Amino acid sequence: MTQLLELPSYLEQDDAVRDRFTRLKQRPVTLEVKGLCKDFETPASETVTALKDINFKTHKREFVCVIGPSGCGKSTLIRILAGLEIPTSGQVLLDGKEVKGPGQDRGMVFQGYTLFPWLTVKRNVMFGLQQAGHSNEVAEEDARQWIDLVGLTQFVDSYPHQLSGGMKQRVAIARALANQPRVLLMDEPFGALDAQTRSKMQSYLMEIWQNIDITILFITHDLDEAIYLADRILVLKAHPGEVQELIEVPVPQPRSPEQLLSPEFLATKKRLEDLIHPPEEGDVIDSDKMNMVRMVPVNHEVESVF
Amino acid sequence: MSTTSTMQWFAVRKDLRPRPRFIISVMSFVLPILLWSLFSYVPWLWHPKVEISDPGAVSYFKQGMLVDKDLFYQELTKLEDSAMALPQGKPANPIYLPAPHEVAVAFYTAFTTEPKRRSEKWLHESLWDSIQVIFWGFFLSSLIGVPLGIMAGTYDFFSRLFEPFIEFFRYLPAPAFGALAVAILGIHHAPKIAIIFIGTFFQQVLVVSNTARKLDPSLLEAAQTLGAKNKSLLFKVVVPGILPDLYRDMRILLGWAWTYLIVAELIGTSSGITWFITQQARYKNFDNVFAAIMMIGIIGITTDLILAWLGRRFFPWQQQSARA
Ligand SMILES: Nc1ncnc2c1ncn2[C@@H]1O[C@H](COP(=O)(O)OP(=O)(O)OP(=O)(O)O)[C@@H](O)[C@H]1O
Ligand SMILES: [Mg+2]
Repeated sequence: MTQLLELPSYLEQDDAVRDRFTRLKQRPVTLEVKGLCKDFETPASETVTALKDINFKTHKREFVCVIGPSGCGKSTLIRILAGLEIPTSGQVLLDGKEVKGPGQDRGMVFQGYTLFPWLTVKRNVMFGLQQAGHSNEVAEEDARQWIDLVGLTQFVDSYPHQLSGGMKQRVAIARALANQPRVLLMDEPFGALDAQTRSKMQSYLMEIWQNIDITILFITHDLDEAIYLADRILVLKAHPGEVQELIEVPVPQPRSPEQLLSPEFLATKKRLEDLIHPPEEGDVIDSDKMNMVRMVPVNHEVESVF
Repeated sequence: MSTTSTMQWFAVRKDLRPRPRFIISVMSFVLPILLWSLFSYVPWLWHPKVEISDPGAVSYFKQGMLVDKDLFYQELTKLEDSAMALPQGKPANPIYLPAPHEVAVAFYTAFTTEPKRRSEKWLHESLWDSIQVIFWGFFLSSLIGVPLGIMAGTYDFFSRLFEPFIEFFRYLPAPAFGALAVAILGIHHAPKIAIIFIGTFFQQVLVVSNTARKLDPSLLEAAQTLGAKNKSLLFKVVVPGILPDLYRDMRILLGWAWTYLIVAELIGTSSGITWFITQQARYKNFDNVFAAIMMIGIIGITTDLILAWLGRRFFPWQQQSARA
């Protein structure tokens, strides 16, 4: 890509941004990950190290994105944070207390929606509230408010299969938020959505985040999405999964789609690209190349596509 | 045009348009009946017997008697040289293949014909006996089998505890327990219900546990992150999550239960529809036999259609495509 203007360094922050990060880091720590390791036994009884010595902290009401190449252990990390997977060693602390197993203090949104197909939208959102011991009336009242908030009032009595992907994911977000968790964990939540729905969902999520007391940890493999949403980006590398860098995004808050072409944005993106797809040596690239041969006869009616 | 429409009829996993769909479903019944009618009403198709209408000079022929075609023509050629009266007859099928109209009539007369002896039962009473045996056998099996299946499909502990033994037991043919059941439970309904139970129960536990295992595990994880613990995971996620599949399993298993009915009813004192069938076969009333066999089929398919229809009311969240 030809770079028309010289990009600034992604480390350069203007005063407002620097000031904001200083204040952010003075906020109390919500989630702390200490020396987290995770090994998996494969069926052939080899051990795969999915995560190795992960350390990081998130602060109250911070938005952290996690990116990294496929298979670097992003899902494993977030599943450990949710309590769905037990770490081989290390600790996860939520507000200073060690996390043991899944709990209502951490909401999770999965890529595959995972709405309960036998429950209506309203009952899906009520599920967690009922588990927490709220009466039906209170749960219903609350659920309606959350459904309102994600703009699905018309669909309270629909079943999940009657909704589009974006709508399903909004229900899933409402369902996770209804329990008022401290942390919202999201594993590629918009990965299955088309570009337009996706950017709409990003704006919804930003709006929710700005108005609710919640810390968000968001996995994505879309660099633009990560920069657009995050205060800080946790970059992992694969084999074994380790923290490569924790990047402070120099793009000022609040975000808007126009910033996608700002120099800070592009500089951050360049940095992420370098980290995730490092410039490779010639031989490495070769092994990854297709062996395409011409399969169109020379006298074909469309001789060349150009 | 005609080729494209035929192509549409054989498109892989595509629904037909409603009209051909309906017509073809009707054909699925019409074709076998048509085939049966052809063999019954077209004299030169099969008809290996001759029904004597006039014995002529053959001493052992009697009017209405069925003789082999070969035998009839042998006697005929023997007599043709002499001046004696020739036997007359028309092609006929063996007695065990009644014509459709005879069976249709039997459908009605089987219900209106009084039993031969005072102690014997009317057909509708026999049918009612059969339905009761099926119902209790299946009900008792489900009462225990479904919870066990769900437990085994949800908790590895119960899976290891139950399934190896059940896996072994289901290979033992249920009828083999007939004599034992009679010895323990007497000769009336109880041993018959036991046979249906044995025939259904072991399959049921395995089928249900498999269905429970097929529940999308990410739904359980989602529920856990929403605060669901052991008991509510089982009753608020596993059970409702597998309910439509469970219901479909039960429909299939109920069909299997019917196949055990005939054996079950033969043990102890024979009873129910099986008694009726064996009795009628002894009297050579094969039209009644056919009618009774078809009644079992009709009861079976009607129950299944009603259950399928109810299923669609019970589980409105099942998508159109997932409905069988
Ligand atoms: N249950 C498991 N058993 C064995 N190995 C596993 C298991 N789950 C994950 N792994 C391994 O751990 C590594 C990390 O997997 P993980 O799903 O966390 O990656 P990811 O970063 O989420 O990838 P993607 O971007 O493709 O979603 C992979 O090498 C994977 O093969
Ligand atoms: Mg993943």
